[in-house]
Amino acid sequence: MAETMTKTAAEKEKLEWFGPKERKLITDPLNDDNPVTVQILGVCSALAVTTMLKPALIMAIAVTLVTGFSNLVISLMRNGIPKQIRMIVQLVVIAFLVTIVEQVLKAYSYPVWKQLSVFIGLIITNCIVMGRLEAYAMANPPWRSLLDGLGNGAGYGLILIAVAAIREFFGRGALMGYKILGATDEFLLNTSKHWWLSWYQPNGLMVIPASAIFLVGIFIWIQRSRNPKLVDVS
Amino acid sequence: MYSNRYITIYTLIMTLVVSVVLAFTVTGLKPFHDEAEAIYKKRDILSAIESQLPKKLVDMTDEEVLSLFDSKVEQVVINAEGESLQGIKAEKVDMASEEKKPENERKYPLYIYQSEQGKIYLASVRGNGLWDKIWAYVAIKEDLNTIVGTAFGHVGETPGLGAEIKDNPGFPKQFEGKQIMNDQGEYVSVKVVKGGAKDPLHEVDGISGATITSVGVSEMMVRGLEVYLPYLQAQKK
Repeated sequence: MAETMTKTAAEKEKLEWFGPKERKLITDPLNDDNPVTVQILGVCSALAVTTMLKPALIMAIAVTLVTGFSNLVISLMRNGIPKQIRMIVQLVVIAFLVTIVEQVLKAYSYPVWKQLSVFIGLIITNCIVMGRLEAYAMANPPWRSLLDGLGNGAGYGLILIAVAAIREFFGRGALMGYKILGATDEFLLNTSKHWWLSWYQPNGLMVIPASAIFLVGIFIWIQRSRNPKLVDVS
Repeated sequence: MYSNRYITIYTLIMTLVVSVVLAFTVTGLKPFHDEAEAIYKKRDILSAIESQLPKKLVDMTDEEVLSLFDSKVEQVVINAEGESLQGIKAEKVDMASEEKKPENERKYPLYIYQSEQGKIYLASVRGNGLWDKIWAYVAIKEDLNTIVGTAFGHVGETPGLGAEIKDNPGFPKQFEGKQIMNDQGEYVSVKVVKGGAKDPLHEVDGISGATITSVGVSEMMVRGLEVYLPYLQAQKK
């Protein structure tokens, strides 16, 4: 008797923490409800930080942390926030978290901070963060809001990393800063033996921001043509 | 609807909490920031003379960079007349704020690296790129003429174009072996030219598509190094 009771209690808790609804909060933004390719939010920063994989990775982590925890904090505060100033309260929370992320990054990973420069600060204006606060955290309990925020941050990060990998590979012939293709002497592999690596001339178009908008456009195209849920009926 | 009283108190408490927490974070992390910044700057300076260092900069830990800098690098600050100033370290001189002073009051940092082949003088130069400031550390051999290495930096040049001065290792490499004096012993510095460098000792190739940055580098190399000449010439005697 006692055994079955603890079992049902455990099951109940499991449902509470990671039920199908909660799982959907994480997986939806990765595909069906991706913030970049479906909601078309946060595109501006996706253009700026995706020339190389490493800053894109750091940016993805930073945005995920900020969306997750700002959702959590706003959700905890949601019943006390005066409706008239809710936007300002949301902005204060976002700016607070972004400043902490920036300060920590500056202290522990200075070269990366230097590389990302203004873009960390500009997470404050990233539409995804405020969009999720208004659309989700203001009306939902803390745990689900946290998951929703982390999911949306991850969805944004996924696109960022995919775009950055393509841009760095074709624009510099490298990944994570390691040279793979192209005609210079700092190769990962010995080029005299691997002649097929040296023919490639890095594509300058991939380095400039415009290429990111083409890539995001191509992603949207592929996703829409493959995903029946996204077919525009109007 | 919330009353004005509630909103005012809510805002006050919220701003107070946020500002106190942020103030503590920033003050708490300040020593880490300063340290990271100093190491970054020292790595930047040493990257101009990477070929002279015992091992590659990327393989060096932060502690190794600091101890190398402490043991091998002498720091000198010179004024506009070329006299060395006492009681100030070169790393404390901020080129950006020096630039705002009138020319005759400016201070210039000079690092002297003690290598096995003799002294290497590391001059700091600063100029204008297309969008914002650019700068460089120029390493000059003991003969006070031959450049052994350079390291460029910039605030916001276009990636793939002007930013190549830093991102493309081929650009700073061109300066190696160039001379700042001509045969008659006159100062000519090293110029960045469009359409192929002809003078093997005083010209390097510019970057295609980054004309204004290249012109900026050229101007910076001429004007920036000139202020160090009186001091360097005094060292010769």
